[in-house]
Amino acid sequence: MTQASSLSRINRRNGLLFCLPWLIGLSVFLIYPLGAALYYSLCDYSVLLPPVFIGLDNYTDLANDPLFWKSLGNTAYFAFGSVSLGLLVSLGLALLLNTKVKALGLYRTIFFLPSLMPVVASSILWMWMYNGQSGLINTALHAVGINGPAWLADPVWAKPAIVLMSVWGAGNAMVVYLAGLQDVPTSLYEAAIIDGAGFFQRLIHITLPMISPVIYFNVVLSVISGFQAFTQAFIMTGSTGAPERSTLFYVLNLYNVGFQDLRMGYASAMAWVLFVIILLVTWAATKLSQRFVTYDR
Amino acid sequence: MKGLFRARDHRSATRCGRRLGATALLAIIACAALGVSSACSRNGDKPTLRHITYWEKWNGFESEAMDLVVADFNAQEAAHAKRDPNYAPIEVEKVTVSKIEQKLLIAIAGGNPPDLAGNYSFVVAAYADHGALTELGPMLAKSGFDRSRYIEHYVRLGEYRGRTWAVPIAPASTALVINKRLFAEAGLDPEKPPITIEELDAFAEKLTKWEVTSADGHKHIETGYLPEVPAEQKRLVQVGFLPNEPSWWMFGWGDFFGGRLLQGTDTVSTASPANVRGFEWVASYSQKLGVGVIKRFRSGFGNSSSPQSAFLSGKVAMVMHGTWIHNFIEKYAPGLAWSAAPFPYPADHPELARTTRADADVLMIPKGSAHPEEAARFIEYASTQAALEKLCLAQQKFTPLMSVSEDFWRAHPNPYIRLFRELSMSENAVSIPRTEIWNEYNRELGNATDLIQNLKEPPSRALARVQTKMQAALDRDRKLLARREAP
Repeated sequence: MTQASSLSRINRRNGLLFCLPWLIGLSVFLIYPLGAALYYSLCDYSVLLPPVFIGLDNYTDLANDPLFWKSLGNTAYFAFGSVSLGLLVSLGLALLLNTKVKALGLYRTIFFLPSLMPVVASSILWMWMYNGQSGLINTALHAVGINGPAWLADPVWAKPAIVLMSVWGAGNAMVVYLAGLQDVPTSLYEAAIIDGAGFFQRLIHITLPMISPVIYFNVVLSVISGFQAFTQAFIMTGSTGAPERSTLFYVLNLYNVGFQDLRMGYASAMAWVLFVIILLVTWAATKLSQRFVTYDR
Repeated sequence: MKGLFRARDHRSATRCGRRLGATALLAIIACAALGVSSACSRNGDKPTLRHITYWEKWNGFESEAMDLVVADFNAQEAAHAKRDPNYAPIEVEKVTVSKIEQKLLIAIAGGNPPDLAGNYSFVVAAYADHGALTELGPMLAKSGFDRSRYIEHYVRLGEYRGRTWAVPIAPASTALVINKRLFAEAGLDPEKPPITIEELDAFAEKLTKWEVTSADGHKHIETGYLPEVPAEQKRLVQVGFLPNEPSWWMFGWGDFFGGRLLQGTDTVSTASPANVRGFEWVASYSQKLGVGVIKRFRSGFGNSSSPQSAFLSGKVAMVMHGTWIHNFIEKYAPGLAWSAAPFPYPADHPELARTTRADADVLMIPKGSAHPEEAARFIEYASTQAALEKLCLAQQKFTPLMSVSEDFWRAHPNPYIRLFRELSMSENAVSIPRTEIWNEYNRELGNATDLIQNLKEPPSRALARVQTKMQAALDRDRKLLARREAP
């Protein structure tokens, strides 16, 4: 008995030893920064000088900061805009690519390829596409008699332009949807066809319920990355979120406050607020998923 | 037997665990030993060399210019060591770092800064207030640093709250730069650039061209702002002047009307009447040309340092530009006929003549520099007239020194370099406000300028909002600063 328990103790110790690199990594790179950021969010901290504890001042200042609300609004617009549009496009593409057509592999590769491009490179590419005078989009619009806007310089169009650009990376979600679609038993479709169900009836009553876990997965991931939007705006419209702060996203604002103004305590408070927001949105999505997602097979 | 086996298993498992633990420990010790030994061997290779790292913001020709100075310094140090075997020579290793104004702070905060850094003068106040710099005054005093050798405006850029934190090395100023061919085509005398803002506006109208489509579909060129022609019938092809081309100094147009963004160090004065007047002048171009027209026209421009830039491609006839414009012209539009003149002043304020934006590149020693004395030696060398002239000639700028050699003037390729230098000595030379909240202030001004140019808000209201917000930010920062400095 003693030997058995000491053996299990040894096994536990060895197990812990093998886990140690991961545990160290988790502690050093995740738990400590999270805790430190929480502490600094309660301090006036300029990075270069020791933090001075100021209680909840940063959080109360945040609540009264119009830029905080502006950037939060912009980010929510982007997150929900890009998630909805991304869902439609990637699911639509996956449905199209789930059919039996010639050179299917080629199409799949073509639609997946853009998502492999780094965000910085694709942002620069889209800056040219959106060029008000000689951009591809305005040239195409001009051909059909529409005088396109100066997309990224126009406060009305800059944000929708960045949302529209997010579709460029739909390939990743498309592959996941495709995998989900191929997992739907064909017998269900056969039965539905025998019952006289059309394409849309099959889509609504079979396809969507059957791939609902995949949709849930993609939506949650997209919402999280949507709230973290930074690179597109930083590259395409600059760190000020021009024009008229229409592209000042939350993380961009956080970056300005933390790394340009050296108000790292305030930036830490912003980071924690974002963390809680993402947590709440994910929780809400999970709650919703209990009603709409089916894991039955 | 079973018990024996179990006992043996137990012992072997214990041994195995011990072995694992010992192996892990050995691995850690070995890694540490390797690190130490490699550090020792690095030190052992050149025991007497004093190696210092220097972060520089420029790449391209400006960086190559500084390479020349670094090479000369290293050669001089090597020669010294050759003459005197007891002398440990200093070797400067220059590294180009983009976004240095932010990365340097992070490096300082991380406790691993370079020994020396080449930065912009506008960061000095914020860096000094955050305790990110080594004060240069005492070190420079030892080497006999004489601030009267410098053009007063530039040496002041390195000073803040009565102390010296940085030394200017490559200054610049701005002037009105005109395209002489476009002047001649518009019937203007290319040798007579505008002197007042009113003249500039009048010239700009004459230099603005549209492609107009008449009712029968025929296209022809017309000059002026053409308010009577509907927007869908005209396409802007050339413009006389745009306040946001280039857009680097949009925050500072009030300076040209006698305004200042900061009064002293504690009062934000964004909404002063002179600043409002300056931004009303900026808005007047949006009113004359049309907000959407300007946006579309500007989106066709390339980068400032490219042949497609607004001025180099001949799309904008007059721009405010810096000393370095000659280099861009030489490289991207070698045949361009151009000239430079002091930027115009409002006719009712002749005392504002020769207003110029004058900032500088500076050398600074970050807090925590491992070799501050050696870095100061390099600063001392780089501040000699010979080194500064070599650097500024290669960068096509003028030096920050009062004294200039005849060889420098003779060798300088920019035909207007004397003008740029004289402007920097004007009493109306202005620089970016020296305040720790400049980054935030600049972003607020950028947003206000957006609203003003898009005719969304009158300048008085937009600037008043910035003033209120930035005064609060300055007060907040001062309060925090006092709290940080409190024992």
